[in-house]
Amino acid sequence: MEGSRKADSLLLTIRDLSIEGRSANGWTRLVDGIDLDLHRGQVLGLIGESGAGKSTLGLTSMGYTRDGCRIASGSVRFDGIDLVACGERVRQDLRGKRIAYVAQSAAASFNPAYRLIRQHCEVPVVKKVMTPDQAQADAIDLYTKMRLPVPNEIGFRYPHQVSGGQLQRAMTAMAMACRPDLIIFDEPTTALDVTTQVEVLAAIRNIVEQFGTAAIYISHDLAVVAQMADRIMVLKNGHMVEQAETRTMLAAPRENYTKSLWAVRSLAREAQAPAEPSATPVISLTGVDAAYGSARVLHDVSFDIHRGRTVAVVGESGSGKSTVARVISGLLKPSRGEIRFEGHTLKADYLARGRDDLRHVQMIYQMPDTALNPRQTIRDIIGRPIEFYLGLKGRAKEERICALLDQIELDPKIYIDRRPTELSGGQKQRIGIARALAAEPKFIICDEVTSALDQLVAAGILKLLERIQKDFELALMFITHDLATVKAIADDVVVMQHGRIVEKGLVEPIFSNPTDAYTKRLLQSVPEMDPEWLDRLFAGRREGDR
Amino acid sequence: MKDFLQTFKSAPPTAWFGMVVIAVIALTAVFAPLIAPYGETQIVGGQYEPWSDAFLLGTDNLGRDMFSRLVYGTRNTVGLALLATAIAFGAGSVLGIVAAVMGGFVDRFLSRIIDVIMAIPSLILALMLLTIVGASVASMIFVIALIYVAPVFRLARASAQSVVAMDYIEAARLRGEGLGWLVVKEVLPNIASTLVAEFGLRFCFVFLFIAALSFLGLGIQPPTADWGSMLKENATLISFGDITPLLPAAAIALLTVSVNFVVDWMLHRSSGLKD
Amino acid sequence: MAKIWILLGERLALGLVTLVVVSALIFVGVELLPGDLAQQILGQSATPETVAAFRRELGLDQPALYRYMNWLGGVVHGEFGNSLANGRPISDLLGVRLKNTLFLAGFAAVISVPTALILGILAALYRNSIFDRLCNVIALTWVSLPEFFVAYVLVLFLAVRISLFPAISSIDAEMSLAEMLYRSFLPALTLMLVVIAHMMRMTRAAIINVLASPYVEMARLKGLSRMRVVLFHALPNALAPIINVVALNLAYLVVGVVVVEVVFVYPGLGQLLVDAVSNRDVMVVQSVGLIFAAAYILLNLLADILSIVTNPRLMNQR
Repeated sequence: MEGSRKADSLLLTIRDLSIEGRSANGWTRLVDGIDLDLHRGQVLGLIGESGAGKSTLGLTSMGYTRDGCRIASGSVRFDGIDLVACGERVRQDLRGKRIAYVAQSAAASFNPAYRLIRQHCEVPVVKKVMTPDQAQADAIDLYTKMRLPVPNEIGFRYPHQVSGGQLQRAMTAMAMACRPDLIIFDEPTTALDVTTQVEVLAAIRNIVEQFGTAAIYISHDLAVVAQMADRIMVLKNGHMVEQAETRTMLAAPRENYTKSLWAVRSLAREAQAPAEPSATPVISLTGVDAAYGSARVLHDVSFDIHRGRTVAVVGESGSGKSTVARVISGLLKPSRGEIRFEGHTLKADYLARGRDDLRHVQMIYQMPDTALNPRQTIRDIIGRPIEFYLGLKGRAKEERICALLDQIELDPKIYIDRRPTELSGGQKQRIGIARALAAEPKFIICDEVTSALDQLVAAGILKLLERIQKDFELALMFITHDLATVKAIADDVVVMQHGRIVEKGLVEPIFSNPTDAYTKRLLQSVPEMDPEWLDRLFAGRREGDR
Repeated sequence: MKDFLQTFKSAPPTAWFGMVVIAVIALTAVFAPLIAPYGETQIVGGQYEPWSDAFLLGTDNLGRDMFSRLVYGTRNTVGLALLATAIAFGAGSVLGIVAAVMGGFVDRFLSRIIDVIMAIPSLILALMLLTIVGASVASMIFVIALIYVAPVFRLARASAQSVVAMDYIEAARLRGEGLGWLVVKEVLPNIASTLVAEFGLRFCFVFLFIAALSFLGLGIQPPTADWGSMLKENATLISFGDITPLLPAAAIALLTVSVNFVVDWMLHRSSGLKD
Repeated sequence: MAKIWILLGERLALGLVTLVVVSALIFVGVELLPGDLAQQILGQSATPETVAAFRRELGLDQPALYRYMNWLGGVVHGEFGNSLANGRPISDLLGVRLKNTLFLAGFAAVISVPTALILGILAALYRNSIFDRLCNVIALTWVSLPEFFVAYVLVLFLAVRISLFPAISSIDAEMSLAEMLYRSFLPALTLMLVVIAHMMRMTRAAIINVLASPYVEMARLKGLSRMRVVLFHALPNALAPIINVVALNLAYLVVGVVVVEVVFVYPGLGQLLVDAVSNRDVMVVQSVGLIFAAAYILLNLLADILSIVTNPRLMNQR
């Protein structure tokens, strides 16, 4: 089918496009010499890590550059119109009517002051494509097509009254309002849970196919892009790495960089035997309930973590997985149940715990940017727990800091006097690990430690954690929403939903043969590196409904 | 050091203007006895003598040299404002950070007290307090410090709260660190730049406030030279079309404008660097 | 919907409590006055008998709580007691003065609020243009100027050098509105100049703050005009901070008139307060202080309520 497209079906042509952004020392290249062709009805996937220039390129396809950015050279032609040279008025007229945009966070991108349908109808009415009545009727029709619940009512709600997945669908419907020729999807499902993501992906693909709209689909997740795009372009630091048909790209990527985009998926932990049941677990939760005010968030949570083992706590947002960490660390008092450390009960409030109990339970955080005090040097950050818990000072302390930096594979000579702002995300996360290790603990809680990182960096962190665990025989608790990470690092898994444990045990048997319905659905919803996956999944579900 | 110079080079003309004026005023305050041709309260001529070689800006209502009083006034007015601001600042920011770090009852208790102070218009509060304690320099500093603790507390608390929400504070708490460490080592360095900019702004308010009180006759008391009361004492001249009494007021305006220009640039810079 | 009423009720209650606390503080403050009030009024030469008699007359021999309740009860009915300086009922003094002050504040507000809002919106709309930068520098300069400086400069140029307006604004109830507006023009202009700069800056900042949000970028990507983006998408979300600034400045107009009234010898509450402070006429200080505080608290309360009412998240609960 691709081959049969005629030359005049070309919709968007970008030639030698370079975009620059203003920074502290002049202008830096964000996008560098990109060529791109998009035919009518075709979907192009743009993929890359953070800072690759995907969004910048996507926005420029609409003739839009953010404040502080400029087009340095090159051309963008949309259906014969030069978007760089034409005036703002022409671009303004095209936007919304012929080129539409779907943003990453629908919750932030809908105006909180207006009802959804009013925002939907704004463009068709202002641009005189439809009368207000027509626009409203059409909106409800599009809501139905996007499989939104109660389509004739949902539009009359305010954005904060609608869930994230539904908002994302409403935003896609809004983009369709004037039946544009091209839609830019800028990571539309990144902020959603996997089980919600599947539904939104299916709805988006359905409507794009139905109207034959061309699209640029931006994502950092190759498996997601594979479901949506005919062709995929890989970007890195503003350069194009490679471009190919989706199948070709997945089956035989030419560049090593492309392969690194699924680095975490390729990791797999060696299966271990179940823990000795007679041994005293390092951490043990029995019948823990917890609540924020009157809202109960944990119900009867019990599990053990043994020496040298990693337990992954998995769940979607609102499952209570992070609350488990808060309860163990003593930040939130459980309303019932107890937490034991090596057999003795831990005090519920961290303020009441002894220094040794505090020392043995350490945390590593999700966001490397907020986990380290930007005003302290690496020496202060790692040195403080050494001094505080172990009482080391002067030379002895300095030697410990250097040993720890070696441990996390950062050269002490280079890094010891730097501040966190001078480090990359991955390096900061390593410092976070070193700070936890400095206390010489027996148990570490890792709260989504890789979810803010790019794949290759995340894989590096996971490998480091695994090695450190072996060296020190640590017990690790790994909180995550990403099932690939679970496979990569955990021995045991605890699956949570709505504050309850729905299934727990060794990773392998649960992943290959889940018994709980929710676990099953969760596992099914993780996109696979196969363009047919979404079709198969929904074919399977329809089968199941019958 | 090089960065420092570079930063200065990039300053806009308004900020440059501000920095030069502040420097000149600071020097005048320090070297007042050397610059002023006559003493602060010395009566050297007749009433309201015009500008001349002997009396650069003429004489005031009691025959004192205007120029000399203007120079000494720099010392008194600016010095007092600095002192009052510093007291308000020390107390306000420490209490604000403590409230943010401790939370709970301490936070609510301190915040309610501050709410009440803020609920009364500051000039009115000052006037009433001054009626009670009587107008004098010491009581004025006390009253102003008390009033300006409130906004400084609010700002320090709000900015400390956004720092307290960070994971590194949680890490420090879980390590078992005490209140002192959290306030001084973890939170304060992160909000120091905000507080410095705020100090500039607050100084302007305090300075204007003292000037207004002195103008109303309730601030710095005669015969001490002070820009606010100098205007009040010689206001009659204005009705004869003479601009001399406006000079102290212009000096006040010049200093506050300058501080504002510098602070505006600093705020702009720190917010610009964040993005 | 129920939650919003609770929220509004809370604010209202809090405002009322603040008012009571402030009134108590004002009362206690006067109580703390060093030395005996009666003694102070009568002077050191008075015999102990006269002082005791005067104390009884003032009701100073009653317990403090009783006197506070009495005072507060009187205030609610418009009875503020008698002036210590001349023995006249304070309420007589207050009535006219309050009306004059409100007239001046209202005069300034009617012109300054719309002007400031329009200038602020324009500056935000044409951000970083020459117009914006000029507005910014002028406003920044202006907010730094002491009021009495502005006031005397206006007197010097508009009253002395060119006799356009009177330098002394004596007004009374018999005058026509036009006459009153003419006579109070200079003090009103001073107030306007002082508040416009502040309100304009804050309006601009509030809108620009909202302009950085994703929904504004979305509105631009929907191909809407700049004007529409600012007026329909940014402005409604910047209302709460703008309302707060306007309320704060209105409160300032009522309360901050003190200095301006003194410069122009305008017969308002501020002038009365300053005179009373100089004479240490505590009863008047107490009463005027309470009125100013009440106006200030009420305007802030109004701002609180308006910003709740204009917030769709609070108005339309899940």
